[in-house]
Amino acid sequence: MTTSGGRGDLAAELRGITKRFGDLVANDAVDLDLIRGEVHALLGENGAGKTTLMRVLYGLTHPDAGTIAVDGRPVTIRAPRDAIAAGIGMVTQHFSLVQPMTVTENVILGRAAGARLDLTAARRAVEEAADRFGIAVRPDAVVEDLSVGEQQRVEIVKALARDCRVLILDEPTAVLVPQEVDALFGTLRRLIDEGLSVVFISHKLGEVRTISDRVSVMRRGQMVGTAAGDTDERELARMMVGRPAFGVDRQEPLWHDGEARLQIRGLSAHGGHGLAALHEVELDVHAGEIVGVAGVSGNGQTELAEVLSGMRRATAGSVSVEGQELVNRGPETVMAAGVGRIPEDRHASLVLDLPVSLNLIMERIDDYAPRGHLDRTAIGAHAEELIERYRIKARPNDRVATLSGGNIQKVLLARVLSRDPKVVIVSQPTRGLDVGASEYVREELLARRAEGAAILLMSEDLDELVSLSDRIVVLYEGRIVGRIDAADADPEHLGMLMAGRATEVGA
Amino acid sequence: MTFFADIIAATFRNATPLVYGTVGETYTERAGVLNLGVEGTMYAGAFFGFAVAYQTGDTWIGLLGAIVVGLIAGALMALMTVTFGANQHVSGLGLTIVLIGLSEFANRLLFTGGSLPRIEPMSEWDLFGFLPDPLATVAEQYGLTYVAFFVVVPVAWWVLMKTPLGLSIRAVGENPEAADVAGINVFRVRYIALMIGGALMAVGGAFLTLAVLGTFTLDIIAGRGWVVIALVIFGRWRIFRGVLGALIFAAVYSLGLRLRITPGFEDIPNEVMLALPYLVVILALALSGRNVPYPGAYLKPYRRS
Amino acid sequence: MAENRIGRFGMITIGAIITILAVSGSAFVIAGANPIAAYEAYFITPLTREFTLLEVLNKATPILFTGTAVAIAFRAGYWNIGVEGQLLMGAVAAAGIGQLVHGWPALVVLPLMVGAGALAGAAWALVPALLRVRLGIDEVVTTLLLNPVALLVVQGLLHGPWKDPETGFPESPRIAAAAEFPQLSEFIPLIGRSRLHLGFVIAVVLIIVAWYVLSRTSTGLRVRAVGLSPHGARFAGIRVERTLLRVALVSGAIAGVAGVSEVAGIQFRLTEGVSPGFGYTGVVVAMLGGLAMPGVLLAGLLLGDLSVGASSAVRSLQIPSQVGDVVQGTLLLVVIGALAVYRWRTTREDDRPPDEGEPEPEEPPDRPEGAAPVEEPPT
Repeated sequence: MTTSGGRGDLAAELRGITKRFGDLVANDAVDLDLIRGEVHALLGENGAGKTTLMRVLYGLTHPDAGTIAVDGRPVTIRAPRDAIAAGIGMVTQHFSLVQPMTVTENVILGRAAGARLDLTAARRAVEEAADRFGIAVRPDAVVEDLSVGEQQRVEIVKALARDCRVLILDEPTAVLVPQEVDALFGTLRRLIDEGLSVVFISHKLGEVRTISDRVSVMRRGQMVGTAAGDTDERELARMMVGRPAFGVDRQEPLWHDGEARLQIRGLSAHGGHGLAALHEVELDVHAGEIVGVAGVSGNGQTELAEVLSGMRRATAGSVSVEGQELVNRGPETVMAAGVGRIPEDRHASLVLDLPVSLNLIMERIDDYAPRGHLDRTAIGAHAEELIERYRIKARPNDRVATLSGGNIQKVLLARVLSRDPKVVIVSQPTRGLDVGASEYVREELLARRAEGAAILLMSEDLDELVSLSDRIVVLYEGRIVGRIDAADADPEHLGMLMAGRATEVGA
Repeated sequence: MTFFADIIAATFRNATPLVYGTVGETYTERAGVLNLGVEGTMYAGAFFGFAVAYQTGDTWIGLLGAIVVGLIAGALMALMTVTFGANQHVSGLGLTIVLIGLSEFANRLLFTGGSLPRIEPMSEWDLFGFLPDPLATVAEQYGLTYVAFFVVVPVAWWVLMKTPLGLSIRAVGENPEAADVAGINVFRVRYIALMIGGALMAVGGAFLTLAVLGTFTLDIIAGRGWVVIALVIFGRWRIFRGVLGALIFAAVYSLGLRLRITPGFEDIPNEVMLALPYLVVILALALSGRNVPYPGAYLKPYRRS
Repeated sequence: MAENRIGRFGMITIGAIITILAVSGSAFVIAGANPIAAYEAYFITPLTREFTLLEVLNKATPILFTGTAVAIAFRAGYWNIGVEGQLLMGAVAAAGIGQLVHGWPALVVLPLMVGAGALAGAAWALVPALLRVRLGIDEVVTTLLLNPVALLVVQGLLHGPWKDPETGFPESPRIAAAAEFPQLSEFIPLIGRSRLHLGFVIAVVLIIVAWYVLSRTSTGLRVRAVGLSPHGARFAGIRVERTLLRVALVSGAIAGVAGVSEVAGIQFRLTEGVSPGFGYTGVVVAMLGGLAMPGVLLAGLLLGDLSVGASSAVRSLQIPSQVGDVVQGTLLLVVIGALAVYRWRTTREDDRPPDEGEPEPEEPPDRPEGAAPVEEPPT
């Protein structure tokens, strides 16, 4: 559904924005017009440059070239302070909230002046903004106790409290279930009615078409073009990707009734703050199958992966691989049992300051150190082999920290998959990767599946989950609330399960 | 009865440098920076405060000199860790080494010759002499002690918890990205926190030369700076709890000193008594256990990516 | 691009050198000496005569030990600042054994003393290490607090059971002759008369061994990984707690041997002044050396040179020896600052773009990880 936005003057104008990071051109002479009173989507794949462009607008990054004008006047934006002064607000992808503080304190952060903190006045201001725009927030709640959706609302109120006229939202729906997305869109429409202009960064075609008046598509750092919000989906996809979007062929299930290779029974664990994150999870993964775990972030997928990887204590339950009990045994035992782990947090799970070659053998140092002495020739040869096989764009002695996100992921993949693991626990494998790298990763996972590995896949990308998995389970608040065959999966039903609105019979 | 009065009085007196130091370091660490330069800053505050007082003949101007030195020390630490982003442990230790070296150097230059230079130290306030005896003994404290407990501590708490500056400091220490996005100048706030901390630490050191001793000796700080670091952790980065820790340490210390001259305790070696406070602090840390709530951005230099 | 980097590195280095010269030069001038003459006296003169050159090596000995102890610990991310206390306990052990072994052969006594000193140093390092590993309690504080306690132990012994019965001074009786470290001049004819003793050889050997272990063995790789990324190391199956505990004990042991070296090689008894801050100077040495063993060796020799130069300049130029401390401290701060600036500048150059959708690296829930050591030296 679209409305033609008020054809008024321009709320903001970006001209010729160029930004380089080393050799990578993140933004290449990008132009963008924002008409007052419109919802303008910025669409593109991961790595297209959308976030960089908006960070330039908000002063978090300095462009190498280009100009910005707000309300027809040129402005220099060197820091968020300047952007805020120009009436621009931004809700970043990873919330900029101080967790231990209350909603009110977060809203007045950076705004309060003078000698005293007037929390009463501030609370009133928060309530006013909330009422005016119809956004539900609790001023005295501590942020870390709030749900993700609520925290996002706090972020929006924060921007509104600063009288922003332009609101930038970076991938706001990434952490919301479908019902919360509807609520967000309702809020955005109310904001437009009050005269704001909204820029909405996304890589999700469906949402973009639902909410935006106009769409600007970026690809590889360049602005491809601007179209109306209700442009045909395939046309938009073509602009985004440059070719018809490829799909991954549905595979036939490979396993037949037999022993599950990975058996999880009654698994419970705590998360941060000592609250329970997993409740008696029960799950089987068979050889030659991919089981996908769906769920909004914060409902237990991270903890599940951590427990299975040996990085988090379980408070109850059992995890066994081919009969060997692995729960609470530590990463070493888990690896030795033939479990390969591709973690969510790549940077923290490698030693970034060490070279690629050493990271590749980090899980089996003793195999490359007879009598304690490191065999550098063997380590080097091993690295060369994996670099070639997995097409990693790096030399063996390069520090991992200097690699791009995609290549870092390939290093992890190479390290884990080259040992032909019997079970693979993989989390968010394509997050932050460009199209080519994502394609590669998915192919690798399918290849492992064909070779008989049992794969447990956690991904917030529903499309990816549905296309790769044979079966899907849904986690909500640490419990499995649904188990379905991927072939029967339908986004709306999945969304309901993920939001805790339904429970599949027999879950 | 006088025994307890003496000990309580001594506790407040001995806690004074620790209170200044702990409040100062709490500000610094709340902003996300571990300042191991406490020992050196207190040392420099003690020496330069004394030197200025000696040259000018006025202990209050000496105190001012100490404050200036503390501000500079804090700024230097900020330059290293906030602007340059150097490792905080190392920068702090280096700062301590430099400040102690500088103080001893200046000491040699200014005060060579036989006798120990002395000044007329600040005197204790006898305002409450009219009170009955145990209370009168306890109430006879140095001005700086009264200032510490009745002015610095409440004001420091109030500023940290109830003012925009304090909010900014806390935010910068928990989540500097959020503070930056909200428009706060993270670097400036950290500089301010470090400089406030440095000034307070220097005053804590100057208290010893300007009030208690009236002179400067090489071992004047004797590791109190390191104790401050422990007290801040014990205090869980809260002003009042940190002050409580300072009082406990000072109480054990004072008790130890007093017991040395108490009949029945003379046989216990001095050294055991002197070691007790340190051991008590370590025990207290051990008992407070895991999951100590470090500020979120503790030890991480902030870089806008 | 590469040229840019060299140019930048050069500028930072020049800036660092200028700052050091400016600060130390001012210190010399304030002290009333000609800066050029002072630099010569401090740095060059000690190297010109055989006697003073050997004394440089002698002065370097204790800080080579402590520098190594600190560097190993810091590389693992274990902030052992208790080296001073661990050294003192090693000295206590040496003095203790030294008094008991009158009449024993040196071949038995010397290894026994070194072993006891290492054990004592490790034992002193044990409690903070356990508190860190079991309870996540910051070792900076606990190791630091044990330093004054160690000094009190020394003082307690010297004012009590070990007070020299002959002189009545607070110093222990002299150790047995067999317990004395032989002077190198006895074994190596080339070396003239000097105090240089076996301790120096042990220190150098330790540095070489430490270098080998850190850079060429699996154990060393584990230590480095733990120091650079505890989470990454744990994920890859490395036992982080066990590694930290072992590193802490080894560090303490080496510091203990430093104490043995001072007692058995120089003092021949336990005194209150057995360590004028060797532990803290060890931190300076380790940092100046970039936490790498070759660097530790060079930095230790440099500071030894400085130490000899400073004390001779007291006589020749009438400058107080404390200027040496000022120079040393300035050197440290400037080097740390320069390295940090260098790292900062080069990272900005190669800034990676914000990976869209990539999470911030998260801290594990229990303890904050300390910032990584200053720089990873080339393996």
